Amino acid sequence: MTATDTEPGATHATDAVRVRGVGKRFPGVIANHDVDITIRSGTVHALIGENGAGKSTLMKILYGVQKPDEGTLTVNGKDVSFSSPTDAIAQGIGMVFQHFMLADNLTVLENVVLGAEKMYGIGDKARAEIVRISQAYGFGLDPDELVEDLGVGERQRVEILKVLYRGAKIIILDEPTAVLVPQEVDALFANLRELKAQGNTILFISHKLDEVLAIADDITVMRRGTTVGEAKPQGATKRQLAELMVGSELPSPETEESTVTDQVLLEVVDLTLHDSFGRALLSDIDLTIRKGEVVGIAGVEGNGQAELVEAIMGMRKPSAGRISVGGQDISHWDTRERRGAGIGYIPEDRHRHGLLLDAPLWENRVLGFQDRPPAVKGIMIDRGAAREDTERIVREYDVRTPGIDTAARALSGGNQQKLIVGREMSGDPVLLIAAHPTRGVDVGAQAAIWEHIKRARRQGLAVLLVSADLDELIGLSDRIEVILRGRLVGEFDPKQITPQDLGSAMTGGHDDETEAQQ
Amino acid sequence: MTPLRKAVGSLVAPLVAVVAAMLITSVVVALSGSSPMEFWQIIFEPPADRVYVNIVNQSSMIFLSALAAAIGFRMNLFNIGVEGQYQMASYVSAVVVGAAFVPGPLNVVLGLVVAVVTGALWAGIAGVLKVTRGVSEVISTIMLNAIAGTLVGYFMSTYGIRTGNARQTATIPESSRVPGFTPFLERDGAIWSLVLIAVLAGIAFSFVLNRTRFGFDLRATGMSETAAVASGVKVSRMIVISMLISGGIAGLIWMPAFFGSAYSYGTAYQAGLGFTGIAVALLGRNRPLGIMFGALLFAFLNEQSNRLTLNSDISQNVVLITQGVIVLAVVVAYEVVRRRQAAAEQRAVTQKLQAEPRGSGTGPSDTTEVKA
Repeated sequence: MTATDTEPGATHATDAVRVRGVGKRFPGVIANHDVDITIRSGTVHALIGENGAGKSTLMKILYGVQKPDEGTLTVNGKDVSFSSPTDAIAQGIGMVFQHFMLADNLTVLENVVLGAEKMYGIGDKARAEIVRISQAYGFGLDPDELVEDLGVGERQRVEILKVLYRGAKIIILDEPTAVLVPQEVDALFANLRELKAQGNTILFISHKLDEVLAIADDITVMRRGTTVGEAKPQGATKRQLAELMVGSELPSPETEESTVTDQVLLEVVDLTLHDSFGRALLSDIDLTIRKGEVVGIAGVEGNGQAELVEAIMGMRKPSAGRISVGGQDISHWDTRERRGAGIGYIPEDRHRHGLLLDAPLWENRVLGFQDRPPAVKGIMIDRGAAREDTERIVREYDVRTPGIDTAARALSGGNQQKLIVGREMSGDPVLLIAAHPTRGVDVGAQAAIWEHIKRARRQGLAVLLVSADLDELIGLSDRIEVILRGRLVGEFDPKQITPQDLGSAMTGGHDDETEAQQ
Repeated sequence: MTPLRKAVGSLVAPLVAVVAAMLITSVVVALSGSSPMEFWQIIFEPPADRVYVNIVNQSSMIFLSALAAAIGFRMNLFNIGVEGQYQMASYVSAVVVGAAFVPGPLNVVLGLVVAVVTGALWAGIAGVLKVTRGVSEVISTIMLNAIAGTLVGYFMSTYGIRTGNARQTATIPESSRVPGFTPFLERDGAIWSLVLIAVLAGIAFSFVLNRTRFGFDLRATGMSETAAVASGVKVSRMIVISMLISGGIAGLIWMPAFFGSAYSYGTAYQAGLGFTGIAVALLGRNRPLGIMFGALLFAFLNEQSNRLTLNSDISQNVVLITQGVIVLAVVVAYEVVRRRQAAAEQRAVTQKLQAEPRGSGTGPSDTTEVKA
């Protein structure tokens, strides 16, 4: 395809970045361990891996946002230790975040010099420098244009220009193509090639295999917090990379014999959802889940999973379609009524949607159950009963905490999640919606949560499981639906499919569903 | 973290803030060429009986004002419009009570209800604008303050009764006055009976917020709007209701003074309490007990500063600096204490985790463990 002009080690004497044995732990979570990467000078190096594989932690370590617990970083042959992004910038490392950090009401020039006024001032010298960089790499940016008048691709170039302006020679791009349309992706790649040709080094983070194969000189794959393999785009196929990404271990969360009944519990018919610009986020979703059945939703992040879950929970208003639970049409119910009808919800982002971080655990027990016992009696909060039931959850679900008056914020991710699972299961739900239930939790908690989902299934709950962890999906689900661009595009039997096949169905690649079955 | 340590922690912050404020005020007084010692001597001189009465009366109004602001703050709603809300409420209530539609004590009840409703409606405008049009309540309530001031001014100059070169509403009948009781001599003045409204409001505030579903929803919305939505709270409804309650409490602010000694809306109307309330709410961390101490402190400083003009050449306004610095310093101090407590809690959890053997988990989970 492209990018075959460099021969390893031949033209570049030094490596731009060398990472050896880096590890980073958070309370209860091992985010990175034994990470080894070598990024050659003047190359585009792709870092790929599923969500939660530890890419972003590694990136933060490289950019000085997080300090590693162990291991060494070497930049241009020098051992370095960053305690802030300022140190990283001083070493010539710059980073472009996925979400742009630009002030819309300022011009390109103003955005670029903001915070770097000391380098070239804020006047003609700065303007000249911006024009020089823009021309050197073919960015085509006018320093005096307002950022609000720029398109997404141009804004991204402003971000890259900001980094170059500050003297970066090593540029980290976090999922740069996630926000771009295909034409813009081509333009970005042209810019990246230009940057590379002039001696810059680029670390490109992505999970889109096509793009990685198109632009990268070297590829490093991460899985479960560590680097698991390296590849050259010339020799690699999408399938091999997918295999490395999702791992070929046996699916660990295997379920026992089927408990699926013929009683339909959740029925979603023709569900369509538009965003405020009228673009379809979900189109004609038809989905049924029976009692005792776990239906897994597989899909690359951002293909409508979150929207589907929020539509079922009543947090988003669909433009069309019908949702019923247990034969009852709940399309016009609000979130509280839906929860009251027996929908348990393990949200994707537990900090934003699942917990009151500054409130004690027992108050978090009340959250989402403000309308029923034991947390509530009439219009009053029943403190005694809520506390007692929180003690029960802490005990039964093995939440590691000094007590129920501890703020939720203080717990590790796994223990927070166990508390949420315990809470959601305590309302005797008939339907459990679990979005990425084991994301960011340690292995012990992961196993426990899998066990709870299996138990829920045995108890005859209908479970909707959204996950990016294909092992988890294949292991727990009775049926897997693949979601792509807001549509359900294929149904799979988890007993017959491998993570690799599922991976290619999710990306809608050339080897589509039927082929994937072989 | 033990409750005791938490209590100590929340006391440290205001104390540090007061000390910092005293230091900075001393510097300001010294810079202006006066003696800080003299300043503090005058401020801390034991108050006269009359001043005690005033402190209690004033702090009741400051307390109500702070409570009105606090209910908004507890759900991240910045009602800066308490000033305008209680001005509208005071005026409308004074007109209604002055007209004496109903006799005696019933008129008092009517006056209080009118004040609450007027204040609530005035604040409700901002709530509805925020929910339907996305207008920031900070902007709209500030503008509503200006509108309230202008509107009341217009009504006063058009319909007000001329007394000397000022105007006022009709004086309320003798039977509708609630004078209060005199703890000292008659000339030292009376503590208004309606000071009790502040006490009741404080108790009700604490009860509703901590013990009821509504209070839980309100606090949940304040702590995390997204989590509240996911738990089934209708946030826009909560916004309107909270604004109504906030404005309703604001409507009561001037009522103790109105029924206790002013008897008409006019020169006796006391403006500015709405802004004092915001500062005191911050000082008291939006909790009734804290607000009570804050209100007493502010009322104490205000009253004691009156002496400065008589007994020294130090400007009475220096006290405003003290109050301002207290609020600034306390915000900083609370944040420092909060972070330290969070860190201590995190450590406690880590210790707990390390004390227990790892990987115990629920029994059957081991079967699922597969490591790469």
